[in-house]
Amino acid sequence: MANPPAASAPLRPGTPAPQFSLAASPKQKVSLRDLTGQAVVLIFYPADFSPVCSDELALFNELLPDLKALGAQVLGISVDGIWSHLAFARERKLRFPLLADFHPKGEVCRRYQAYRELEGYAERALYVIDREGVIAWSHLSPPEVNPGVDGVLEALERLPPHSEPPEALS
Amino acid sequence: MSRLRIPVTDEDHVLGAPDAPAVLVEYGDYECPFCGQAYWEVKELSQALGDRLCFVFRNFPLTQAHPDAELAAEAAEAAGAQGRFWEMHDLLYEHQESLEVGSLLAYAETLQLDLRVFSDDVGGHRFQDRVRRDFLGGARSGVNGTPTFFVNGHRHDGPFTADALLSALEGGGLNAP
Repeated sequence: MANPPAASAPLRPGTPAPQFSLAASPKQKVSLRDLTGQAVVLIFYPADFSPVCSDELALFNELLPDLKALGAQVLGISVDGIWSHLAFARERKLRFPLLADFHPKGEVCRRYQAYRELEGYAERALYVIDREGVIAWSHLSPPEVNPGVDGVLEALERLPPHSEPPEALS
Repeated sequence: MSRLRIPVTDEDHVLGAPDAPAVLVEYGDYECPFCGQAYWEVKELSQALGDRLCFVFRNFPLTQAHPDAELAAEAAEAAGAQGRFWEMHDLLYEHQESLEVGSLLAYAETLQLDLRVFSDDVGGHRFQDRVRRDFLGGARSGVNGTPTFFVNGHRHDGPFTADALLSALEGGGLNAP
């Protein structure tokens, strides 16, 4: 990419969420396409094991039942590899997938305008994607500031209520 | 800037008068070492401000990171039901390394609580919902880790030393004596 986007502007609400398919473990990939019909919370964070993100992810981990009750699938994304993610998730007892934007490095972070080209790691960015795959809310924090979960909770509550898919005809 | 969404009410644990010029609300976890440091800073602040400070403590146990934090919070609430919240709060922060159930019962005994009621309350998780309510209210107000302080309703993002909290409170219009 010739001109990296300004660090201060995440993708705006109303933008179709860029597609991705990233490894969550050696055997498992998570694709945004497969999550259509569910709300998705994307947590971009700079690095496994760094203090602020640990707090941030601990908070999302703690609120996972409430986020799930709002119909959301929660995903963490950084440029760390799957082995680092697995060790980090085990140590912090994280109960949601961490996706490795490892190769090509930062590709998905770039699509979400959440990559710090100079430092080579993800911004601390949050996205809420609605059930149709459109960005409903986005937020970018300075790397050292833990954004909290209030914005995500409010964005999820503002999504139109989930309509049950029609029963399949037998 | 995040603001406190849940107003201070009779349901809260409050030290001082709610209409004091300086109102400090802490969301804390009994097993968190930073909250352990903050405990002493708040004591110092409280001595400096006397009755001009109103201090409110709400539960924010990070249960996945701190396995004993939830039960410790419920134990403080159970002591509160017998009118001894702050004494238990102090004992917990002064013995953060021993928060398993046997220690909680020993603290209850030290405070001469009705042990049968206390152990029924703790064992039956009578205050689990109360603790969760504090937690969710904190999350909605933008609590982003422990401890998180709200200074006269605004989240305090700087260091939580007594000096730093004092200048934040003074910035909110509190005049020096």
